[in-house]
Amino acid sequence: MAEEVLVFGAWGSPFSRRVEMALKLKGIEYKFIEEDLTNKSPSLLKYNPVHKKIPVLVHNGKPVAESLVILEYIDETWKDHPILPKDPYERANARFWAKFIDEKCLSAIFKACWGACWGEEKEHEKAEIEHEKAVKEVSELLQFLENELKEKRYFGGETVGLLDIAANTIGYWLGVFEEASGVELLTREKFPKLCNWANEFVCVTAIKENLPPRDKLIAYFRNRFGAGNASK
Amino acid sequence: MAKNDVKLLGAWPSPFVLRARVALNIKSVKYEFLEETMAPKSELLLQSNPVYKKIPVLIHGDKPICESQVIVQYIDEAWTSGPSILPSDPCDRAIHRFWAVYLDETWFPTMKGLLAVQGEERKPLMDQLSEGIVLLEEAFGKCSKGKAFFGGDGIGFLDIVFGCFLGWLRVSEKITGLKLLDEAKTPRLVKWAESFCADAAVKGIMPETNKLLEFARALAAKMREAPPKN
Repeated sequence: MAEEVLVFGAWGSPFSRRVEMALKLKGIEYKFIEEDLTNKSPSLLKYNPVHKKIPVLVHNGKPVAESLVILEYIDETWKDHPILPKDPYERANARFWAKFIDEKCLSAIFKACWGACWGEEKEHEKAEIEHEKAVKEVSELLQFLENELKEKRYFGGETVGLLDIAANTIGYWLGVFEEASGVELLTREKFPKLCNWANEFVCVTAIKENLPPRDKLIAYFRNRFGAGNASK
Repeated sequence: MAKNDVKLLGAWPSPFVLRARVALNIKSVKYEFLEETMAPKSELLLQSNPVYKKIPVLIHGDKPICESQVIVQYIDEAWTSGPSILPSDPCDRAIHRFWAVYLDETWFPTMKGLLAVQGEERKPLMDQLSEGIVLLEEAFGKCSKGKAFFGGDGIGFLDIVFGCFLGWLRVSEKITGLKLLDEAKTPRLVKWAESFCADAAVKGIMPETNKLLEFARALAAKMREAPPKN
């Protein structure tokens, strides 16, 4: 049977872009279906009835949901250009940090950029303190990743791996959030390795071809979340 | 310390620690269980899990592995003799992992939320848990393919992830009067729960519900006394 690979996603979502990056890295042909998240298609609701969210990968009619679960599925199904190492400890490491990025980093970054934005005048001082706390938290989280990178070119070593793909939120979307909100988080001074990694990451062909246009993303986030938390 | 020594930092009430213990038992791995008091946290815990400072932590030789689902997969991949924990087919693996994420990110947090509130506030959470368990009953039907476990003939990844919550599930039922495992609504899961708890890898180490209940009540009392966190 001819192979059919569908990806239900959204142009601006780092999670659906992860799926496309992995497929591109492995040279797998797929059909992309852009979902309007304000008006979800019957197909999406059928393929992910539990969460009704993107991304969903549908391989020969069988759906797989949750971006990190999808990445492992892709690696186990198409063996060329592996994205997980063979060693069990290194695999555990990649999984641990990928989960860390999703569970802790993204919400902290959002809070630093856009949290406690809208307050009454008298709440301004409280918002400032909250903002500083949030920025400090992001700094601590990024430091973990900076340390994890060590002297490697990519988190995956010589080639891009699952953790690099999962870190697309750090490698590209973080810069977009910074520009959209005016808050500086990933500074070269504090995180030289992570900055170098981000530059290398966005140059990899399979990654570059799957990055949404920067201006469009910035405009989208500014529009959606407002001018941001930058100190006035 | 010998190169292949296995230590597990944990605490008896934790369902996440239980997962690691079940996985080690399935693979017949000898390990040293280091019971953490959690207050204060030991130096070893803070050093081996600086990111979260949480249990369980598996220490294999000198390598720490954190996060229970990561630990269980590590155990499966590091000890290859003995039964497999993850299924072999990528599609089945993805299904186990999907429901594992659902349990940890959606279902169990709802249960924790339920135990933290009283009266009217409980109702919507109870409804969510009931809906969720019906989904899990359906998932069991599809995954088990007529056999005893999500993993088929033997305990698999999803059995471990879900099964280790059974103690706390029973505690929630006792505290709130909500019946989650129900002969009428979730007959397959009722049977599955019995099989899981009776399995050799689980039997000696699953905490008794009454002991957990006592622990839960003590914890709730402590939290009521504590000043509100920001």
